[in-house]
Order: sequence, then structure tokens, then C-alpha cells
Amino acid sequence: MNSKLIHIIGLGLIMLFVVNPEISRAQTEMDALMMGKGKLCIAGTYATNSWENYWEGTFKRDNANIGRLSTQTAALMLNYGVKDNFNIMATLPYMSTKASRGTLSGLQGFQDISFFAKWRPIKKQVGKQFFSFFAVAGYSAPSNDYNIDFMPMAIGLGSQVLNGRLTADYKINKLFATISAGYMHRGNVSIDRSAYYTDRQINSSSVKMPDAGSFQFRTGYRNTRAFAEAFVDNMTSFGGFDIRKNDMPFVSNRMNSTKVGLEGKYYLSSLPSLGFHANAWTTVAGRNIGQATGFLAGVDYIIDLKFKSLKK
Amino acid sequence: MKKIFTLSMIGSAMLFLSCNKDIVESNADFQALNPEMQDVNGGTWKPFIVTSLNGNFIPDPQPVTSTSYQDELKELKKLSSNLNPEQKKAIDYWKVGSVLRWNEIMRELVAKHNVPPYQKEDGTYPAPSAANPFSYPIFPFSTPPYAARAYAYLSLAQYDALILAWKYKALHNRLAPYKSDATLTVSVPKNDLPSYPSEDAVISGASLEIMKLLFPVEIEYLSKMAQQEKDYRLWSGANVKSDIAAGDSIGRWVARQIVQRAKTDGMGTAGGNPAIWAKLESDCIARGETPWISLESPKRPPMLPLFGNVKPLLFQSSAVSSLRAIPPPPTNSDEMRKETAEVLEFTQNATRERMRIINFWADGVGTYTPPGHWNAIATQELVKTPISEIRWARNYSLLNAALMDAAIVCWNTKYFYMNARPCQLDPNIKTLTGVPNFPAYISGHSTFSAAAATILGHLFPKRKSDFAAMALEASNSRMYGGIHYRADCEQGLLTGKKVGELAIGRAQTDGAN
Repeated sequence: MNSKLIHIIGLGLIMLFVVNPEISRAQTEMDALMMGKGKLCIAGTYATNSWENYWEGTFKRDNANIGRLSTQTAALMLNYGVKDNFNIMATLPYMSTKASRGTLSGLQGFQDISFFAKWRPIKKQVGKQFFSFFAVAGYSAPSNDYNIDFMPMAIGLGSQVLNGRLTADYKINKLFATISAGYMHRGNVSIDRSAYYTDRQINSSSVKMPDAGSFQFRTGYRNTRAFAEAFVDNMTSFGGFDIRKNDMPFVSNRMNSTKVGLEGKYYLSSLPSLGFHANAWTTVAGRNIGQATGFLAGVDYIIDLKFKSLKK
Repeated sequence: MKKIFTLSMIGSAMLFLSCNKDIVESNADFQALNPEMQDVNGGTWKPFIVTSLNGNFIPDPQPVTSTSYQDELKELKKLSSNLNPEQKKAIDYWKVGSVLRWNEIMRELVAKHNVPPYQKEDGTYPAPSAANPFSYPIFPFSTPPYAARAYAYLSLAQYDALILAWKYKALHNRLAPYKSDATLTVSVPKNDLPSYPSEDAVISGASLEIMKLLFPVEIEYLSKMAQQEKDYRLWSGANVKSDIAAGDSIGRWVARQIVQRAKTDGMGTAGGNPAIWAKLESDCIARGETPWISLESPKRPPMLPLFGNVKPLLFQSSAVSSLRAIPPPPTNSDEMRKETAEVLEFTQNATRERMRIINFWADGVGTYTPPGHWNAIATQELVKTPISEIRWARNYSLLNAALMDAAIVCWNTKYFYMNARPCQLDPNIKTLTGVPNFPAYISGHSTFSAAAATILGHLFPKRKSDFAAMALEASNSRMYGGIHYRADCEQGLLTGKKVGELAIGRAQTDGAN
């Protein structure tokens, strides 16, 4: 892309912001941000997280046969503004796992591809207060038949997930608060074995996966070019079973976690289509899951497809 | 846009509702047991453990014309009519076959108890204690050798007891209740087998008695199942109470002989002690080899180093050393270097198909172990032909005797040579399944699988090559997973086959052909 084009797109964006100061950048299906109509955001992120301690059921422990288990993720994400109040998104991550001690081999590969549609039916302004409401529907599925029967080294759970989410956002001046609740309906998965034990013996390779709820609260500062926020994120499984003391983990464990973190995003003033994005988080409570701490860094670039086609 | 959204929400909701998450298990469509042959000469078959089956263990039954029998029949009529849903469910469960159901119960308990103890604060490990089974770590830790022995003793207790039962069936020839009273409601397939003593009660009594020893903490569950099995015969109109009482009594009596044998077979001391563990290591060093060490952290004591001394079922203890595999390639040999490099190559170039094979045969922590897997494979084959309970027990006994003896010879070989695992010799080898906590040579999976495939190939000649292919795949899975050398696998297969052939030898002469 030549610099002239970048400048044209950049100018277009600035104009849009002047006209509509509430337009900001969407990043995930969970936040209260939207891509403006005709704009495509291409985001690349690199993330890493790791844990030493984990919960077997509610029993917290470490394991010298694993040491520190780290996961690295590189993801590509597309977010397109079909309308100012309707966005579609797609994400595909590549992941790799590694244990610092013990004999277990890491695994790597493309994980689940996900699609989301995000709709903002309500957006109200009363004086300096803004209120908006979002509904999100999503679907994700493994992009390939990756190995799910080698926990905790497996890169994912291999389940198809239907996702529904409601989000409410309130903003006064530049301060905002977002609350969001989602439901994940997980499809059964198939493992390579013909029988397995959960809290009873099951003579099948199909595994019933627990559904889960996902709850988030985010609050912080947000203007047209940047935001800085703190968040708390909870995932609660509706069903599944606990890992017994010193047993192996399994895909249908009751996995719960509560994470807290900080997140920020900044778009350059000289090149407003280019944004930088980072977060850091840690797990404060959990069940059948590692007590992970993670970091993310990403770059995104916004292309105004509508503007471009108009210019042509 | 609203329309699209509404439509997509309705679509998601429909998909949501249509997702029936319930799992249909592989044993869900098993049919009611309805044997073509009753094996009426079963009383003459050769038992495994109980050498003397002579004597009067049960009273002579009352004739069907007697008042007491007629009273029993009246009571049975009442019990077998107006069944509640729970009773119907119990009938549907047990009518598939009692021997089969207890094999499933055993597989479940093995999986449930197959969890290694968690370390203590000081980095040592507590050992499960048969004397104090309820305190952590709960007794037993059902490792593959423990499991092989457990499956064997359950099968043998049932089999020996059924031989005695069949003897009495032929002797007394009491007609089934539905033969004396055609108005009885019967919920199981009818047959011509004499009903005294009840074979299901025999299996109930024998199974409960032996499994109490093997899984003492499960006594409540086991007692419930044993009682339900006896009740099911009443609810289904298949046996009167005196049939049940006699069967239960025979089952328990025979199982107690097996319990006696189990208590003195050497299992109790198979865990060894620190002095023995140290000697195994120093003896290996003295031979100029690199001894196996535990790759767990903290280091876990070797799994059942003296299991190789447990008394076998198909041959004398003295024969174990002649069945033991030839020595493995020396640690410093080119052959060993070549084999280690091969394992590294497998782990560094793992394909999804090889991972599938590794996972399918892993049978590690929290599973019913390789012997359980072969019981599951055998069960899928056995259900295809309707055979009598005594033949079910005989087939499982041959399989499980082979598996237990395979465990004995394999463990004897493992600790005789104390050969290191591939990832001990080359830490670059990262495994795709858990590394078992015992020496490499010879592969347990290979030994178990070849023994099982050999005896199953004899019992089901048409599937012989399929079983052999499965055994080879199970064997290879351990190399793909990075935890065994080729020599471990090849010699394991050879050794297992030898044990399987001894089981065939028994099958040919046990009177059941």
C-alpha cells in the first residue's frame, strides 16, 4: 500500500471522527467497540501465558513434572463494519505449548476458527452520557483435527461452540464501564479412545462437553484514539467434573477461572489507521485450570473499503 | 438488518435445541442373553483354582411338586408382576449377561482407582494399604499388573463357581419356574437350563466375594449390585428364592478359595522395599549397564518390582525364567544408539495419525489399563455370538489368565534387566504420552496385547489376523509415543505370544471344546 493511499485513508478516518466522535475500534466480541461502516480492521496479535500452579478441582498445587507450562499464540483477526451498528469478525489463532520440566512433549498448530456478528441495537446520548447495548452471536470450530486427548499439552478443547452475548456500555465524559454476559453452548467432542472415566466409566469416544458462561466487567478511559481499562473476566462451566487428586486433566473438566487485567489501545495521531494494542492479566481464582498470567501485544490496521472504492 | 439478526437468533436457538448431547455408549445395544447352547456338560470342565469340587455344598432342592416349592412359585408370581420402572431398568441391565456386567463393573473400578498417589510434603510417596484401604491413598492403586490380576481372579472365581453350579444343575435337573407354571410373567428369554442353583446368583456371590478383596472401599456399591442381580432373577420370573440361595452359597464358597489363593500369591510383597529397590539398581550397574531411574519428580518408587514373582495361573513359577525375554541391547551398544535415535525421530515428527494410535492405546492413568482394553475388545466380540454364562466366564478366564501371566513374565523381565527409558538416555526425547514408572524392557503393552490377541485369535479364528494387527498397533503406539524402543516392543510381542499360546494349550484341554 503506497503512502498516498495511506494518507487518503487516514484523512478519511479523521473526517469520520470529526463527524462522529463515538466511532471507535472494535477488537473482540466482548467489548463495546464497533467498526464504522465499510471499514475493515486487520489485527495481528501475539500472546503468551504461562502457569506453574493449577487447580485439581479446588486443590491448588504445582507439578515438578510440568514445571511452567507456557502457551504462545499468534492470531489473525478480521473485523468488518457492515454497518455502523453491525460488525462481523473472524479470528484464527496458531498456538504452541511447552512444559519447562518433565518429559511431556509440547503441541502446536492452528486452533479454532471463530466468527462473530455484533449488533448494537441501542445507542443513546443524554447530555454527556452515552448508553449503548450490544448483542453478539458467534460460532467457533476447530480448524483441524488437533489432538485434544493429551491434556494439559493440548492446544484446545476441540469443541464447536455456539456463542450468545449481551453487553451494556455506559460512558460519561471519557470514562466508561462495560458489563457483558455470554453463554457458550459446546458441542460434544470425539476423542481417540473408545472409553474414558469421568466420575464414571463411559464406553464411548464421544465426550459430553459442559456449556459455560462468560462474564466481563471493564472500566476505564476511552476517547476516539485510545483507551485504557481494567477488566475482570470470569468463565464458569455449567457441568463437567473435577480432576481428582493426581489424576490427568480431561477435556470435559469443570473449568472455571476469574482473571483480572489491564488493557490499552492506541492509534497513532500521525497515522490513525494504525493501532497498537496490549494487555496483561493474571488468574486470581480457578478450578481445573492453570493459574495463568498472560500478556498480549498486537497491531491493527484499518482499511476503509468504502472510501477506497469511492476513490476508484 | 434486524431481520437478519432475528433470523440468525432463531437459527441458533434451533441448533441449540437440536443438539442432543447425550452419549450412546458402545454397550447400549447389547441384547438379552439367549444362548444357543446351554453347555449342559459344563460341570465336567476343568476349573482353574478349585481342585476339589466334590462334597455337598448345597442342600438337595425340594421337588417342584412340594408345598414349599409351590409357595415359592406363588411368591415369585407376585414378585414378577407389577414391576416398577426401577425394577424394569435393573432387568434390562442384568439380562444382557451377568458375567459381562461384572466385567464392565470391574473395568469401571479399575479406571476409578488407577490414580497414582500424590506425594507427601517431604517428597516421598505414601503407599496404599490393604489393611487401611479407606485412608489416602485409597487402596488399591490399580496399576496394569494389579488390574490384570484383578480381572483374572474375578473371571476365575466366576468360572470355577459356574462349573460347580453346572454340576448341580445336571445332578438335580430342577425345571425352571416357568416350565412348571406357564402363567408366570417372564421378562428374560426362556431356556431349558435347569434352574437349581441359579447361575446368576452364583455369579453374584462369587463376584462380590472376590471383588470385596480387590476393591474393599467399594463394598457398598458391590453389595448393592450383587443384591440387585439376585433380585433381578426374581423380578424377571427366572428363579425361585431357593435357586438363588443355593447359587449365592456356591459362588461365595468358590470365591473364598480364590481369595485364599490371592492372599498368598505374592502380590502383598510385590511393592518391595527401599533395600530391594537399591539392590535392583546396583545389580544393574554391576552388570555394566545404565539402570532405569524414575523419571517422575519427586522420584517415585518403582511400580511393583516383585510382581514378577507372583504365582502364575497357566504355568509353574519355575517356568517364568524360561519365558523371560532375551537380554536387551546393552546401553552402550550401537544397536541401542540406533534404537534411541529412532524413538527421537518418531517424537520429533509426530503425525496426527500416530497421535491417534498413541491415544487409542495409551490406557494410562485413570483408565481401565491395557488388560481392561483387551477385555473391552473381547466383550465386543463375545456379544456377537449368544453363548452361555459358563462359556462367557471360561472365555474371559482364558483371556485374563493370559493377561495376568503376561504381566508376571513382563514385570519379571523388566526388573531383571532394569533397562532405562528412551528419554532417560536422551533427554531430547519428549513423549506424547505419560512415561510409565518402571523399566522399559519389555513393553507391557506389547506383552499384554500379544498374549490377548493370541488367545482371542484361538477363540475367534476368523478374527485372528485382526487381533494380531491390533496388538502390533498397540505395540507400535509405545514407540510412537517416545516411551519404548523397538526391541522392547518386538520382544514384548514375542513374549506375550508365548504366554498366549500357553492359554491356548489350556483351552484345548479344558473340556469345553
